[in-house]
Amino acid sequence: MADILLEARAVAKHFGGVKALREVSLTIRQGEIYGLIGPNGAGKTTFFNCMTGLYVPDGGGFTFAGAPLLAAAPHKAAERGIARTFQNIRLFANMTALENVMVGRHVRTRAGVFGAMLMNAATRDEEAAIRQRAIELLHYVAIADRAGDLAKNLSYGDQRRLEIARALATEPSLLCLDEPAAGMNATETAELRSLIDGIRRDGTTVLLIEHDVKLVMGLCDRVAVLDYGALVIEDAPAVVQKDPRVIEAYLGA
Amino acid sequence: MSKWLNPRSATGILLIAVALIALPFVAALGGQAWVRIVNFAILYIFLALGLNIVVGFAGLLDLGYIAFYAVGAYTWALLASPHFGLHWPFWAILPIGAVIACFFGVLLGSPTLKLRGDYLAIVTLGFGEIVRIFLNNLNAPINVTNGPQGITLIDPVAIGDFRFSGASEILGVSLSGPQKYYFLLVALAIFVIIINLRLQHSRIGRAWQAIREDEIAAKAVGINTRNIKLLAFAMGASFGGIAGGIFSAMQGFVSPESFSLIESIMILAMVVLGGMGHIPGVILGAVLLTVLPEVLRYGVGPLQVAVFGRMLIDPESLRMLIFGLALVLVMRFKPAGLWPSPERKRELQGDA
Repeated sequence: MADILLEARAVAKHFGGVKALREVSLTIRQGEIYGLIGPNGAGKTTFFNCMTGLYVPDGGGFTFAGAPLLAAAPHKAAERGIARTFQNIRLFANMTALENVMVGRHVRTRAGVFGAMLMNAATRDEEAAIRQRAIELLHYVAIADRAGDLAKNLSYGDQRRLEIARALATEPSLLCLDEPAAGMNATETAELRSLIDGIRRDGTTVLLIEHDVKLVMGLCDRVAVLDYGALVIEDAPAVVQKDPRVIEAYLGA
Repeated sequence: MSKWLNPRSATGILLIAVALIALPFVAALGGQAWVRIVNFAILYIFLALGLNIVVGFAGLLDLGYIAFYAVGAYTWALLASPHFGLHWPFWAILPIGAVIACFFGVLLGSPTLKLRGDYLAIVTLGFGEIVRIFLNNLNAPINVTNGPQGITLIDPVAIGDFRFSGASEILGVSLSGPQKYYFLLVALAIFVIIINLRLQHSRIGRAWQAIREDEIAAKAVGINTRNIKLLAFAMGASFGGIAGGIFSAMQGFVSPESFSLIESIMILAMVVLGGMGHIPGVILGAVLLTVLPEVLRYGVGPLQVAVFGRMLIDPESLRMLIFGLALVLVMRFKPAGLWPSPERKRELQGDA
């Protein structure tokens, strides 16, 4: 059995009377692409937000790379190596594509106010390295030609790619993508698929929330299905696809 | 640095330098009052640049910025006047003023971390007023600030025996007090502008802009938004503190009425009118909003007499009327400010 990267233990979250997550437990293994699917409102994004520290879970917790994750500390999660994208793209709209990725380097760099004021050799070197790495990442997601454009002026597909580049800039060991294929056409989805595949091959574990069942089934090593905040099944795509509970959840039969 | 060395920028810098050196002598032709106005314009550049860090870079609307100016001014006033009998040298007081203002910046920043936009504006507005009211009333039971009477006979800036107040002769050129302060202020301004430019294009500057753009996304990429916001408040406040110290020394007198809400609003107007987040724009805004009211003060009366043969409207009210109208027009036709950053200009034009 492969090493476990992330373990969720009985994570629960409710908003008022709505139980968004009911004791969800799952494990993500090192180096896999893990799919999280479920109908709208099943709690996928809530699970994401609990994991990345934007929400405080009402019960349970997460263990990441052998140590517990602090609740309600998103910047700590990024520091530990969890990077994410958002379902409704959240870029720094009025900064250039390059600057967006450079911001992603923040957590792996150190220069402070005095470094910036003095512009000493260490700060200059670090700044050059940040820029260099950001350009590499823009090439990696194939939008380097848009480096100088404001993020909000990129096409929808390029914005999704930019968000992934920004997340990769934090050097994550777990990359969480929240519906990256939403609103994409078939060509764009195919390109996205090879990008995600490449990211995994380069050593980053990927957690994928997606509606596009075809994409998930073709790409993921294992899939978990959420319905009404509860985990229905966690298994290989072929098994999940045939499970009557999953079919029921999706078709409402 | 190589881009500075091409002949065109070298000529540009040379021209600016000549203009900066000539300015106090040209201004003096209209009387020393004009040199003082120029000095105040530079002082407001400090303040506007300081506020620009908080409002322009980090996107935190601060309506109480004048409080830090007040803190710096009173720090100087208390440490270099007969009020407490202290006469510390400027190189000690100026950093102390900056540090105390910085402390107040963090003090204001910490309870407001979760607030944004209108809510933040109201809390900071309250903070500015609290500081002013404290200064007004801290004359009892122990007389710290001398209340509404203010503090008088404040020491000027002095390096050794060389005092910046009063006329003196340097290298055969006779300089008035305000002219000497002018050169001190220009030197400090260049220093402040360089620091601002460097901060803007640094890791910290990018983090500020990221918070301005989307705080949740900023957190998600690992920015400790609490610390970075506090840093913005602290840095902005320090610039205010330094400006306050110089103000105190230049005037020789401080009282709480110099630090009213309208001052905070004026500085904010300089930042917004000039071009939020764009350093050259903010400088332009500060200069225009300091000099324009003065030009109107001296120009409106005589102009009316020349055109209509008599004074129709009281120049003082007309001055504010024209000033207000100018602000409205600029915001209507140049919403990004008079000299916006190229990015922000594109943003408001909304081109793709």
